[in-house]
Amino acid sequence: MDTVYYLIQNMLPVGIPLLLVALGGMFSERSGVVNIALEGIMLFGAFFGALFVYFVQKSGMGPQTILLLGMLVAAIAGLIYSLLLSFASVTMKANQVITGTSLNMLIPAVILLFSKMFFNSDGITTNMNFYIREIPVLGKLPVIGPMFFQRTYLTVMIGFVFLAIAIILLYKTRFGLRLMACGEHPHAADSVGINVHKMRYAGVSISGILGGIGGFFYSVGVMDGNVSGHSGVAGFGFLALAVMIFGQWKPVRIFLAAMFFAFLRTLAYSVSLIPFLADLGINQTYYKMLPYLATMVVLAFTSKRSRAPKAEGIPYDKSQR
Amino acid sequence: MRDNNNSPINQKINIKKITNLPGFSSFTSALMAIVLGLIFGFFVMLAAAPANAVAGFRYVLMGGLGRIGDVFYFATPILMTGLAVGFAFKMGLFNIGASGQYTMGMFFALYVGFMWDLPGAMQWIAAIIAGMVGGMLWGLIPGIFKALMNVNEVITSIMFNYIGMYLVDMLIQGNSVMYISTKTRTNYLPSTVQIPSLGIPGSNVNLGIIFAIIFGVILYIVLQKTTFGYELKATGFNKYAAEYAGMKGKTNIIITMAIAGGLAGLGGAFAILAPSAIAGSSMTYEPVNIIAANGFNGIAVALLGSAHPIGTIFSALFISYIQRGGTLASLVGYKPEIIDIVIAVIIYFSAFAMIMNHAAASFVKKRLGKVDKAADTFALQEDDPNNSEKGAE
Repeated sequence: MDTVYYLIQNMLPVGIPLLLVALGGMFSERSGVVNIALEGIMLFGAFFGALFVYFVQKSGMGPQTILLLGMLVAAIAGLIYSLLLSFASVTMKANQVITGTSLNMLIPAVILLFSKMFFNSDGITTNMNFYIREIPVLGKLPVIGPMFFQRTYLTVMIGFVFLAIAIILLYKTRFGLRLMACGEHPHAADSVGINVHKMRYAGVSISGILGGIGGFFYSVGVMDGNVSGHSGVAGFGFLALAVMIFGQWKPVRIFLAAMFFAFLRTLAYSVSLIPFLADLGINQTYYKMLPYLATMVVLAFTSKRSRAPKAEGIPYDKSQR
Repeated sequence: MRDNNNSPINQKINIKKITNLPGFSSFTSALMAIVLGLIFGFFVMLAAAPANAVAGFRYVLMGGLGRIGDVFYFATPILMTGLAVGFAFKMGLFNIGASGQYTMGMFFALYVGFMWDLPGAMQWIAAIIAGMVGGMLWGLIPGIFKALMNVNEVITSIMFNYIGMYLVDMLIQGNSVMYISTKTRTNYLPSTVQIPSLGIPGSNVNLGIIFAIIFGVILYIVLQKTTFGYELKATGFNKYAAEYAGMKGKTNIIITMAIAGGLAGLGGAFAILAPSAIAGSSMTYEPVNIIAANGFNGIAVALLGSAHPIGTIFSALFISYIQRGGTLASLVGYKPEIIDIVIAVIIYFSAFAMIMNHAAASFVKKRLGKVDKAADTFALQEDDPNNSEKGAE
């Protein structure tokens, strides 16, 4: 049982950033914009979040307060960066994949340049400890306590809150339903008075906010609060895209997909701690490949019935109505 | 066409002919993006260290001139990965997996280089071919997934970037002939496996660049002059129409991805088999679980070259040229990353430079009283094949 607790405790800080970023991708694609720039948005958010932590870490504020403020900074940074994507792909009707790729390329270079010139390193190193050993009261609960409220980060709980918000926003509000209409059939949406450009800006902006927060949470939960321009967010933005497709653009399924991936990844990095797997004597690299291979296998079986938003990737042109 | 030069109608046609040349519009939009990107880079330099900005910028612009050999040498791998990305783009496939294919190609070339014993020049030729096979294999898989199981090729190729990287690192570390664990690098390749140098002093430029350019030209011919190339582009324009016209979309997807993979694999082979200026040494590979950057640079190269094979040759040379300048800019205190910023900004602007060009073109057409509804096709693609042939003249 301890092994199970250990795996879940380590899985959640990895899975939550994936979940948030994939939810962001979902909002963007549901509005009709393919957001391949998630990787860059994550890194941008992580960078500004870590920069904020770096400057306030000696101010004497509590670590969880700093985490919340850093999250806010990362969200704003992600939002601003995502505006570059929405400007190019909605207003200028540029190719969304090209724009996204360029935004992904830009950020690592900016971080490396900035960090090398001002910190003389490849990134930002903070020494803030966000780790929570045990949450009072809740941590004492049987089973649930050790799974979710011990040896964890505040990011995990915030992640679940965002999941709930995302479900309500997408399915239960007028905004969410309109957003989905813009991704399915923008001309029809336009004909009943919905401003497609505005909705697409909103979709991409939500993905910017969630992407920025996801990047910051990645740096908190996986990188110990540091950010490096070299390793960046280790392809998590792209993985989030895979998780989103795996989750069929639906929040709950995205949650399950993110946790599936995070579980396999955690397993790969803790093989030596699990006697049963360690005894098999399989090269650890196979386990590292496992999350990617498993995602491929699942996609191979589910993609036949794949239902992507119909109008994603196509700039909206009013004159073609 | 001899006697009607004076007629206003034909003059209009002439203007239209020039603006309709596919090369013309891609060229002007690339040029516009490059100028905007360089201006942005200059401002970044001004912001970072104002005193040296002018000197640094001069290095960026002119620095490559003194190192033409290196410009060609460093252009070789990114030209191949650029062709790999661009070729798949012609069919509407986004091959983001050039990194994995590149790494696979490199591994196959290394394996043949170390483990096979062939006479003389056979050895490096065999290693290059092995690299191509390795890349093809890694391109084939996303192709099969896409064609048979409808899995988005962007996701597959990203996944296979990681799988390939881990696999290659593991296989290299597990092979005592190839890997020296004390140096955490691969061993030096024997000189017979290295591609012959072109003999330009101070540079490792080798036959690889010649091969790479030849491959670019071959791809151009395949795209413009063969049925396969026509089908490929037709599928890229509208896959439903192509399917309706009886083209085998699925087979073509698999073939296209295999070819793209092979091109990227060749890039990996050219990079690792390059000769070294120091006798007795060679290029080495360090298995540190990092995705090959040359694959992603290939995306930039292809996008700047409008996915056109000939355009890709020039854009690879251009990017390599300003990268050389960027490394020189470190003499006045700038970091080479400044060039990556410039390149990213160029790609960003090139995405709408094409749109601006479209707007300009349709403006000209409207003034000629001709409403052309064909201006909304995928911005990266060219006009129809007949026009492209005229453009080549």
